[in-house]
Amino acid sequence: MTDLSSALQLAAPEVTLAVGGLVLLMIGAFAGEKATRLVSGLSVLLLLVATALTVTGPLGLAFGGTYIADPLSVYGKALIFLSSAVAIILGDGWMHRNKIAKFEYPVLIVLASVGMGMMASSGDLISLYIGIEMHSLALYVLAAYRRDSLVASEAGLKYFVLGALSSGILLYGASLIYGFAGSMKFDEIAAFASNNPGPGLIFGMVFLIAGLAFKVSAAPFHMWTPDVYQGAPTPVVALFATAPKVAAMILIARVLIDGFNLAHFQWAQVIILISLISFAVGAFGGLMQKDIQRLLAYSSIINIGYALLGVAAGTELGVQAMLMFMTLYVIDQFGFFAVLLSLSRNGRPIRNISDLAGLKQDRPVTAIALTILSLSAVGIPPLSGFWGKFYVFGAAADAGYWMAGVAGLVASVVAAFYYLRLIKMMWFDAPATEVKTDKAPLEAQWIAWAAAAFAFPVVIVALAWLEPLTKAAAAGVGVG
Amino acid sequence: MLQGLAFYILATIAVVSGLLVVTARSPVHSVLWLILTFFSAAGLFVLLGAEFLAMLLVVVYVGAVAVLFLFVVMMLDVDFVRLREGYARYLPLAGIVAIILLAEMIMVSLAVVQGGAASAALAPAALPEGVSNTQSIGRVLYTDYIYFFQAAGIVLLVAMIGAIVLTLRKRDGVLRQDLAAQANRRRVDAVEIKSATTGAGVKPEELL
Repeated sequence: MTDLSSALQLAAPEVTLAVGGLVLLMIGAFAGEKATRLVSGLSVLLLLVATALTVTGPLGLAFGGTYIADPLSVYGKALIFLSSAVAIILGDGWMHRNKIAKFEYPVLIVLASVGMGMMASSGDLISLYIGIEMHSLALYVLAAYRRDSLVASEAGLKYFVLGALSSGILLYGASLIYGFAGSMKFDEIAAFASNNPGPGLIFGMVFLIAGLAFKVSAAPFHMWTPDVYQGAPTPVVALFATAPKVAAMILIARVLIDGFNLAHFQWAQVIILISLISFAVGAFGGLMQKDIQRLLAYSSIINIGYALLGVAAGTELGVQAMLMFMTLYVIDQFGFFAVLLSLSRNGRPIRNISDLAGLKQDRPVTAIALTILSLSAVGIPPLSGFWGKFYVFGAAADAGYWMAGVAGLVASVVAAFYYLRLIKMMWFDAPATEVKTDKAPLEAQWIAWAAAAFAFPVVIVALAWLEPLTKAAAAGVGVG
Repeated sequence: MLQGLAFYILATIAVVSGLLVVTARSPVHSVLWLILTFFSAAGLFVLLGAEFLAMLLVVVYVGAVAVLFLFVVMMLDVDFVRLREGYARYLPLAGIVAIILLAEMIMVSLAVVQGGAASAALAPAALPEGVSNTQSIGRVLYTDYIYFFQAAGIVLLVAMIGAIVLTLRKRDGVLRQDLAAQANRRRVDAVEIKSATTGAGVKPEELL
């Protein structure tokens, strides 16, 4: 069985996470709620070990080509596992402060990471689907984690029902592709698509894209996003906004570029359309929002539009731009959610934009951090958000989609309004209440400051090594 | 000939009962129609020579899933009349979606007719002599498809953990069975002899 042993070596990160997750589940089940902190700590450690295994592990194909370990999957998995670890750290403090600590929270995130790892390295429609289901199921549960709260239950149920619908659409597309191409492996689908894709295969591909677009909350499949972002617990939303999006973006890039290489013209149209609608929905939908988490939901829709623009280019440069954009975006998002977690008055979290009024007097450093993060999201050079957009628009223009790039620029100008409103609230408005904000939890405060420090000025140094890393990750992935 | 007849009978029953699942007034009737749909689909599998899948369909879907549905439908207190209120309102939109889907399916079918579907070379190979299809599924499930098989197991585990996280509640004052305490109980702890005066009897309250 040398075949299996080499396969296990290649899949070591997922195997470690799965087995480790089972062990942690047993520790939690026998030690009870007392062990929550221990399980959280060990989960973070486990995710770090998995990251190390990913980075140092061998590259190649396993399980008959259904599992791919290549530079793209390595880069994606490192980002996914580290994001999950940050979400566990943010969530652990939050659970204990709200006295709803359960050891299942970190275990579910670990098992979701297994699914996201599968997505990042899937070379087959079955592993694509199983990976998506594994991480989505865990996320549905996490969205409804606060089961006594009405909005959280609504968020979980809505996410679950719409997620099941999108899985159905995705499966329908996958079955059409299998029926016409006669194979579920991306390379064999590509071989079939190269002579004549035909309407059946294109139909399947469009359904597949629709299912995947739901998972990254791209418009017009974004309906669930604002409600789920509003209802789900803040640390869980921080996870939603980061790791699953990275996994799904890598999956979209891989299935479209590897599987439908020569049908590039057909799928690029669909992806461009989706990203244009996302620009419009994200930019204009966010204008009237009062709840900060809802606002961030619209911001995530518009940002996914940018990332999809990179994929639509279909070139190595486009994939590199997408990876670069997602990396900077993930760090920015963690900053936003950590700021939200660190702000509360009388034990009630600050959720409305108007509650931010006069934050500069009360919490100057946090106000500076949120200002940097907002300016970065607007895309002011030389903050990190600017560099993400710079690469994406560059790749899109390079592939001839400069019109879509211009639309993206216009959308970001419109979206600048709601970030600038946050800044105006904090610095120029008088505080609405005399009540001081509570003492911030340490972990959220530090993550917020670190993310803001990364957005500016660390990013300028970091670009020097992010650029070659993403270039290496995207090497060889491109429409040929 | 006989096979063709069986196919048309089973397929017609499957389609008609599938339609009745959605249109039946009572949800319990819907579930019963669903069971009939599953049964006919299992019959179609037998016609294709996939006996194992047919039996799985009956055992898993009819035996477990549909019966579970039936329990849920009977136990949940849902006002199904109110649930149907929006029926007429959403009908036009749903009709448009259904027509678009139908048109798409017809286009896909036309593509198949024009020979766009997987060619005969890609069709499943015939089973080797003396191997039933149950055996052939077993041969690949734990070898070629071990990755998917194990991953699907984790998906089910996540679903189980999720159900527990969302529904398990710790209540105070719930009596639990304690085997050690039961086995260690002695007669003197549990039984007390009281003398009753002759003719007066004992009231139950006095015994406590």
